[in-house]
Amino acid sequence: MIRILKYFKPKEWLMALFSLAFIVTQVWLDLKSPDYMSAITMLVQTPGSAMNDIWLAGGKMLLCTLGSLAAAVTVGFFAAQVAAAFSKRLRSLLFNKVESFSMEEIKRFSTDSLITRSTNDITQVQILITMGLMVIIKAPIMVVWAITKIAGKGFAWSLTTGAAVAVLVVLIGFIMIFVMPKFKKMQTLTDNINRVARENLTGLRVVRAYNAEDYQAKKFEKANEALTATQLYTGRAMAIMMPVMMMIMSGLSLAIYWIGAYLINAAQMMDRLTLFSNMVVFSSYAMQVVMSFLMLVMVFVMLPRASVSAKRINEVLDTEPTILDGSRTDGLPGLQGEVTFKHVGFKYPDAADSVLEDVSFTVKQGETVAFIGSTGSGKSTLINLVPRFFDATAGEILMDGVNIREYTQEALHSKIGYVPQKAVLFKGSVASNVAYGDNGGEGYSADEIKKAIAIAQGTDFVENMEGGYEAGIAQGGANVSGGQKQRLAIARAVCRKPEIYIFDDSFSALDYKTDRVLRSVLKKETAGVTSMIVAQRIGTIMDADQIIVLDEGKVVGQGRHKDLLQSCEVYRQIAMSQLSEEELVS
Amino acid sequence: MSERSTSRRPLGGGPLGPGAVEKPKDFKGTWGKLIAYCQKYMPAVMIALVLAAIGTALQIIGPDKLKEMTNEIMKGLPALVNGVPIASAIDLGAVGNIGFFLVAFYAASTLLSFMQSFMMATVTQKISKNMRAGISEKINRLPLKYFDRVSYGDVLSRITNDVDTIGQSMNQSIGNLVTSVTMFVGSAVMMFRNNWIMALTAIGASVLGFAAMGITMSKSQKYFVRQQKDLGAANGHVEEIYAGHNVVKAYNGGKEARRFFEEVNDSLYDSGWKSQFISGLMMPLMMFIGNFGYVAVCVVGAALAMNGAISFGVIVAFMLYIRLFTQPLSQMAQAFQNLQRTAAASERVFDFFDEEELPKESQKTNRLANVKGDVEFRHVQFGYTPDKTIIHDFSAQIKAGQKIAIVGPTGAGKTTIVNLLMRFYELDGGEILLDGIPISQVTRENVHEQFCMVLQDTWLFEGTIQENIVYCKPGVTNEQVVSACKAVGLHHFIRTLPHGYDTLLNDKANLSQGQKQLVTIARAMIQNAPMLILDEATSSVDTRTEILIQEAMDKLTVGRTSFVIAHRLSTIKNAGLILVMRDGDIIESGNHKELLERGGFYADLYNSQFEPAA
Repeated sequence: MIRILKYFKPKEWLMALFSLAFIVTQVWLDLKSPDYMSAITMLVQTPGSAMNDIWLAGGKMLLCTLGSLAAAVTVGFFAAQVAAAFSKRLRSLLFNKVESFSMEEIKRFSTDSLITRSTNDITQVQILITMGLMVIIKAPIMVVWAITKIAGKGFAWSLTTGAAVAVLVVLIGFIMIFVMPKFKKMQTLTDNINRVARENLTGLRVVRAYNAEDYQAKKFEKANEALTATQLYTGRAMAIMMPVMMMIMSGLSLAIYWIGAYLINAAQMMDRLTLFSNMVVFSSYAMQVVMSFLMLVMVFVMLPRASVSAKRINEVLDTEPTILDGSRTDGLPGLQGEVTFKHVGFKYPDAADSVLEDVSFTVKQGETVAFIGSTGSGKSTLINLVPRFFDATAGEILMDGVNIREYTQEALHSKIGYVPQKAVLFKGSVASNVAYGDNGGEGYSADEIKKAIAIAQGTDFVENMEGGYEAGIAQGGANVSGGQKQRLAIARAVCRKPEIYIFDDSFSALDYKTDRVLRSVLKKETAGVTSMIVAQRIGTIMDADQIIVLDEGKVVGQGRHKDLLQSCEVYRQIAMSQLSEEELVS
Repeated sequence: MSERSTSRRPLGGGPLGPGAVEKPKDFKGTWGKLIAYCQKYMPAVMIALVLAAIGTALQIIGPDKLKEMTNEIMKGLPALVNGVPIASAIDLGAVGNIGFFLVAFYAASTLLSFMQSFMMATVTQKISKNMRAGISEKINRLPLKYFDRVSYGDVLSRITNDVDTIGQSMNQSIGNLVTSVTMFVGSAVMMFRNNWIMALTAIGASVLGFAAMGITMSKSQKYFVRQQKDLGAANGHVEEIYAGHNVVKAYNGGKEARRFFEEVNDSLYDSGWKSQFISGLMMPLMMFIGNFGYVAVCVVGAALAMNGAISFGVIVAFMLYIRLFTQPLSQMAQAFQNLQRTAAASERVFDFFDEEELPKESQKTNRLANVKGDVEFRHVQFGYTPDKTIIHDFSAQIKAGQKIAIVGPTGAGKTTIVNLLMRFYELDGGEILLDGIPISQVTRENVHEQFCMVLQDTWLFEGTIQENIVYCKPGVTNEQVVSACKAVGLHHFIRTLPHGYDTLLNDKANLSQGQKQLVTIARAMIQNAPMLILDEATSSVDTRTEILIQEAMDKLTVGRTSFVIAHRLSTIKNAGLILVMRDGDIIESGNHKELLERGGFYADLYNSQFEPAA
C-alpha cells in the first residue's frame, strides 16, 4: 500500500499537507467547543452572571462549530481532489502500461485480471485514500488531543472511558476474527451458486433433454443452503454490533454522571462547581474518543482489501514490456511484400518444450502461404510472431528483407493487415470499425470503406442494417452475428491496403460458399498482396502457393496440395477426414 | 460527535459514496407483492418491528432519567441562599436508584434491538434463499423462447445482484424506518413535554440545517449520475481495448485508444472529485446541524435557567435529545432510499416470477412406450416470432432406423429441427408424430425420454467424470459407465488421469475440446434412448480425436433413428434423407443423389467447397 504512494505528485503531497493543517484546525475547534459549553455551564450556575456572557460564550461556540464545518469542507475538498487526481493518474499509467504489453505479458496476467486491476482495484485504492485523508489522519490526532485534555480531570472517568474503548476493541476484534473470514467464504459461495445457475442456463437444452430439472434443482438447493447458512451467521453476528455500540455510548454517559455524583459529593464545596463542569465536558470528550476509535477500526477493516488492490496495481506497473521498438521505418527496395523465416523457434519462458522449432520458408510478393495442423501444433503462434505479438526465441524473421525487430512497431504494423481468430469489433459504427487504426496515411475515404466491405462480402448485410455504413456496432459487436463480425474484421484488413495479409483461422466462421467467393474476390482485387493463412479446412487452402504442415511445433510437410497428398501422412489424414478420396484428387 | 456517524453501511461502504438511487416503476405495487411473498414471515417481522419500537422508546426515556440524575447532582452544587453560597449533600441513594434504573433500561433496550436485528437478519436471509430457489426453479419451467430475448447474464444478475440487494436493503430499511420514526416522534414528544420553548428552538435549528442539506443533495444528484456514466464509459473502454489488444496493436490503434481514454479519464476525474466532495460534505454538515442545535439549546436553555424557568437538568436532557432528534432524519432519508432500492430489485425478481411458464401437462395420459422410431412431419409450420413464419409447410416420413442429415450454411437454423422434435418450442401448425402418436399429446418429459442428444457446444458441469456421464439417470452401474467409455475410446485416457473416473472437471479443465465431446457421447450412450439427435463436431478438434469422435458417433447411430446436423460429406452422402436449410426454412429435401440431380442450392453448396478460388 505504501509503495503505491510513490505515484503521488508534489502538488498532491502539498494538498495532503494542507489537509493536515485543516484537520488540526478542525480537531482544535471541535475540542474547543466543549470548553465554551463548560463556560456556559459555569455561567448558568454562577450566581449573578450576566445573560450577555452566555450569549457571548454561545456565539463563540457557534463560531467554533462553523469554523469546524468550514475546515471539514476544506479537508473534504482537498481529499476528493487528491484522491481523484491520484486515481486518474494510476488509471492512465495502467492503461498505457497495458497498451505497451506484448501478448506474452497479457497472457501472464490474463485479460480479465487486467481489466479488474484497471477498474475495481483502482476504485478500492481511491476510496481508501479519501477515507484515509479524512479519517486515518484525523482520528489519532483527535484521540491523543482529547485524551491530553481529559487526563488529570478525573482518574475514575478516564478509567471508565478506557474500559468502554476496550470493550469496543474486543467487540470489533471478535468480528474481525470470527466474521470477516465468513465474508470471504461468502464470496466463494456466491460464485458457487452463480456457477450452478450458469451451468443450468448454458445447458438448458441438455437439462431438459435428459429430464434433469430435479437433479439441477437439488444441486442448486445444496449451494443455496450453504450460502444461506453463512449469510445467516454473518447477518446475526452483525446484528450484535449496533445494539452493543449504542449500549456502550449510553452506558458511558451514565457511568460518567454516576461516578460524578460520588466525586462531587466527596469534594470541597468550592471545587464542586469545577468538578461539575468538568463532568459535562468530560462526557462529551469521551464520546469523541470512542467515536474516533470506532472510525479508525473501520478503516483498518478496509485496509487489507485496498492493500491487496494496491499490490495488484503495482504488479502491473512494475512489469516491463518485453517487446522493444526498433528504429527503421522502411524495408529494402525490391523486396516489398516478402517474408522470410530463418530457423525460427519459439518457447515460453520456463517451459520445457518449444512451441515451435526450426521453421524456415520464404513467401514472395503476391504469393499465398498456408499453415495447417491439429490444435496445439503451433500454427497460430507462428503467425503471431510476424506482427511481433510475441518475439521469436530462436532464428529470425525478415520482412521486406529486414529483421522485423529493426522496425518501429508502428512501421511494422503498417505493412500488415491482420485478422484474428476471434473477430474483434469496437463500439462505434460499421465505418469506424472498418477504418480502424492508423497505417501512417491520411485515413480512409467513404469509397475506400465501401469497397473494402464489398471485397469482404459484407455489402448485403451492411446495407440491410439500419443506418447502413453508419449503423451502430455495440460493445464487442454484440449486435452482429459471428460470420458478419468476421467479414467486417476482414474488411478492416483490406481497407488498410497492407503489403501482407495475416489470416489467423479467419475463415472458419464463414460457410463454404462465402469462404470461396471471398477468397476469389480478394485475390482479384488485391493482387500483389502477400497472404499468410492459418486454416482448419482443406478447402480453404487447397490452392495456396505453399502449404506448411505443422505437427507438435515441427514442420512435417511443405509444398503444394497435390504433392503433400502424396508425401505427407499428417496432411493426408487431415484431408481424408474432410473430403472423400475421389474428391481430393479431382 | 455522536452515534449518528455509525450509520448502518455495510463495512467497506458503497463505492464512491451514495450514488443515484434507482427508482422502481411501481413502488406501491411491488411492495404489496413483496409483502404477499413474505407472508409466512410477516408475524416475525411484525414482532421484530414492535421490539424495535419499544427498544427505541426505552432509549428516548433514557435522557429524561439522566436529567433527573443531573438534577440530583445539582442539588449538591453551591446555591445562593440569601446571598450566601450553600451546598447540601447529594442524595447518593436517589442517584443510585436512577442509575440502576437506567442500567436496566439500557440493557433491556440493547436486548430488544438485538433481538430485532437478529430476527430481521434471519427473516431477510430466508426470504433471499426462497427467492433464489424460486428463480432457479423458474428457469426450468420457462419456455426456451424466453431465453431468445433475455440474456443469461440478465437472469444470473437477478439471482445474485438483485436478491442480494433485496436481502441487504430490506434488512436495513424496514427496521431503520421504524426505529428512526419512533425516535424522531418520541424525542419530539419528550422535548415538548420538558419545555416547549426549548423544543421549538431545537426543532427550528434542525429544520434550518436540514434545509441546507437538502439543497446540497439535490444539487449533487447530477454529479453522481455523471460519475456513474463516466465510470461506465471508462470501464467499458478498458474492457474493449484490453480484450482486443492484438487488433489494437496490429492496427496501430493505441494512440487513438489512449487519446479517447484520457478524454474519458479527464471527465471521470472531474465528476469523480465533485461527487466525492459533495458526499464527503454530508458528515460535517450533519455534525454542524447537531452542534448548531446544541448551541441553540444551550444558549436558550441557559437564558431560561437563569430566569429560573427550568432546572439545569433540562438542558442536559436537551443536549441528548437534540442528538436523538437530528439523527433519525438522515436515517429516515437513507431508509427510504433503501425501500426504493428494495422495490427496484424486487420488481425485476417478480417480473421474472410472473413470466409465462410452460403449460402444465399433468392431464395428459397418453404415453410413448417401446418406441420403434418412425417419425412423421405432417404439414409443420413454425416461426420463432408470431409475425415471421420460417417453416411454412413441411412434410416428411421417416422410417425407424433411418439417418436424417440436416445441412445448410451457418445461421440457416439447423437447430430449429432439434428444437421442434424435442418440443423445446411448440409448433404453430401441423404435427410431428412418433410411432404415429402426435408428440403434443404426451408430456414433454415423455418425449425427451425417447431421445439421446449430443450437441456441439459440449456441456459439462463441475463434477467428476463419472457424475458427468451418469448425469441424472438412476441405477447406472460402474460397469456400464466403463463400457460406454470403452466404446467411445475414452477409457484408457480416463485411467491415465490422477483420480480416474473420479477426476473433477472444472474450468481448469483437464480435457481437450474433443475429449469433452466424447464424454457427452458416452453420456448419451448411458441414456440409451431409441432415437438420437446429433450435432457433428466442426473441425476445431485435432485430426486423431476427430476420427475417434466419428467412430463413437457412428456407434451411437446404430439401430436408432438419428437426426444429424451434418458437416461431413460421408455422413451426408449415406443419409436416408437430407434436409437442406436456408434462412430458417427447409428449402430442399431428398437423398444425396436426388438433390445433386436437382441442381439446386444443395448442389451449389456441395460443389463450392472443392472449387479453388479463381
